[in-house]
Amino acid sequence: MSAKSIIDKIWQAHVVKQLQGHPAVFAIDFVLLHEVTSAQAFATLKERDIPLFSPETCLATIDHSIPTRKNRHEIFDLQAKNQVETLRQNTRLAGITFYDFESQHQGIVHVVGPEMGATQPGMTLVCGDSHTSTHGAFGALAFGIGTSVLTHVLATGCLLLQKPKTMKVHFKGRLSPGVYAKDAIMKLLATIGIGGATGHVIEYTGEIIRNMTMEERMTVCNMSIECGARAGLIAPDETTFNYLKNKPYAPVQDKWQNAVEHWKSLCSDDDCTYDRVIEIDVNNLVPMVSWGTNPGQTIGIDETVPKISQLPENEQSMARQALDYIQLKEAQPILGTPVEWAFIGSCTNGRIEDLRQAASILEGQQVHPQVTFYIVPGSEAVLAQAKKEGLDQIFEQAGADFRMPGCSMCLGMNDDKVPAGERCISSTNRNFVGRQGSGSFTHLASPATVAASAIAGKIVPPNEFIKGSQVHG
Amino acid sequence: MDKITAIKGNVIPLKMNDVDTDLIIPAQYLTSVSTKGYGEHLFQRLKESDKQFVFNQTAYQGANILLTGNNFGCGSSREHAVWALREAGIQAIIGHSFADIFASNSAKNGLLLITLSEGLIADFFQQASSSQLVLYIDVVEKKIRLEGTHYDFDMDPFVQYCFTNGLDELDYLLSCKDDIGMFKQKQKSFLTLGEKP
Repeated sequence: MSAKSIIDKIWQAHVVKQLQGHPAVFAIDFVLLHEVTSAQAFATLKERDIPLFSPETCLATIDHSIPTRKNRHEIFDLQAKNQVETLRQNTRLAGITFYDFESQHQGIVHVVGPEMGATQPGMTLVCGDSHTSTHGAFGALAFGIGTSVLTHVLATGCLLLQKPKTMKVHFKGRLSPGVYAKDAIMKLLATIGIGGATGHVIEYTGEIIRNMTMEERMTVCNMSIECGARAGLIAPDETTFNYLKNKPYAPVQDKWQNAVEHWKSLCSDDDCTYDRVIEIDVNNLVPMVSWGTNPGQTIGIDETVPKISQLPENEQSMARQALDYIQLKEAQPILGTPVEWAFIGSCTNGRIEDLRQAASILEGQQVHPQVTFYIVPGSEAVLAQAKKEGLDQIFEQAGADFRMPGCSMCLGMNDDKVPAGERCISSTNRNFVGRQGSGSFTHLASPATVAASAIAGKIVPPNEFIKGSQVHG
Repeated sequence: MDKITAIKGNVIPLKMNDVDTDLIIPAQYLTSVSTKGYGEHLFQRLKESDKQFVFNQTAYQGANILLTGNNFGCGSSREHAVWALREAGIQAIIGHSFADIFASNSAKNGLLLITLSEGLIADFFQQASSSQLVLYIDVVEKKIRLEGTHYDFDMDPFVQYCFTNGLDELDYLLSCKDDIGMFKQKQKSFLTLGEKP
């Protein structure tokens, strides 16, 4: 038998059938739903009178378009209100678990799934959202799908798929203090660009990956989509098993032992091959910050914005447009760029460890008077934990606005928007034109860099604010 | 979905390149939570701003084959663009190239896309603008026939299979129901299901 990667193993375990010249009928184990992309799928099933294949392996919550203010039940945007109401009704009729406001489990769908233990090694998981790749942190094959395909999965538990190519991304070396998982994945994006992994599923390997917590691994896998990858994953290990144990969807008793035994087999065989292999050296990596209008337009915080003439020819016009939009000049340092907004949250960096990181930097400090700082927990569970640890007090005393859970300012579908012409340092995943609000400027960075920059009122590395010596990875 | 082995009808010429999905169906009409109701807003902005726009001309009323240029369907991945075209009666689009996601959405919704050379497209544009151009598209033989001549086109074998058997992708998956049922029974799962908090 030939050596296989974890990607090949999961692929083979889920092909129901594949005829010559046809895509594979590919089995999906779990479906996550949110209010923005699911309504048409339910409508089509109703129109065609097709029952749901397996409502018990679906989980729904609300995140994209809901307000994050304290009285969030009142949704003034009629479209958002309709989407939420429709999901409520659809899940009730279909018998799907739905985490509504104040269920104690509502939150960003990619934060909630893992929190509940619904994301498990070796599974296939889909959601109508491109950042579904987050769940790859558990050694699952997880990817975003469009509305038609969501209909297919809800109706049949399967979708049609051609076998994706495989790519190994090996991180070499160790991370210095003040440098985090977010910086490592942004280094990959800066190296291979936004189309660098198109059509591939990535497996991340290396010492830093093994030393990462599950939350850090989720940050890495989350941004796989930003280099065009279909999905990104990390082989499961003791860190994964310890995280999953005793979560609501996790197996119990004998089943737990069987599960762990099976999960341990989900690693890439030593001499397996990939369609592509690349190595990223993270020794001497510094905090990363995006300078342009796509996540690949990223540099080290001590570097200068690239000179357009020195970029590859096919990147020059995009770079020029990006700089025109974001109002920076070529060759200027990114360090010290003034910011009016700071945001910590999202499926990339809105988990409890991110909030702890922010709190450790903000403790005893004040947010710069020119800066509005939103901190939005990824879920009600993250919010409750933060309160239990007194992080909310630290945020409040520092002058940050600690809000209710949701996607919020990551994509500005609700009222949380950066005004036109203002600049935001953000722990999110996309710096596209207008992403955080029409005419707004986004600089992506780690939560630590965001917190430090919020205090300084300009883009600065977190190091001088880090207490004690925290070495990660 | 109905079997589509041939499409016969009038051509409506939309002489533009890079028609994005925002032009096809503007974002303001995406508020519905259904796949219906988009057809009447197809090309709404062009219909409103240009009286001579082809979709405003009675001569092209009822046309079911859209003729266009390069990179049709670029921009946002919204599937609503395909729903709007289908609801407005468009069954096939002939162009020089199509955006990736638009093409995959079309295949899922029974909208036939045909890629032809720029020269041939220019010929068709000329004919369609001077007089009524009626085409017969043979999906089985992958040929466009008109007045004693024909042109070959390429088609993904699976897409062709679905069209000629009257299956959309959902129908195809539903036809595999027994295989899926057996597969899922044997499959390992470690999820604890049942009442959740």
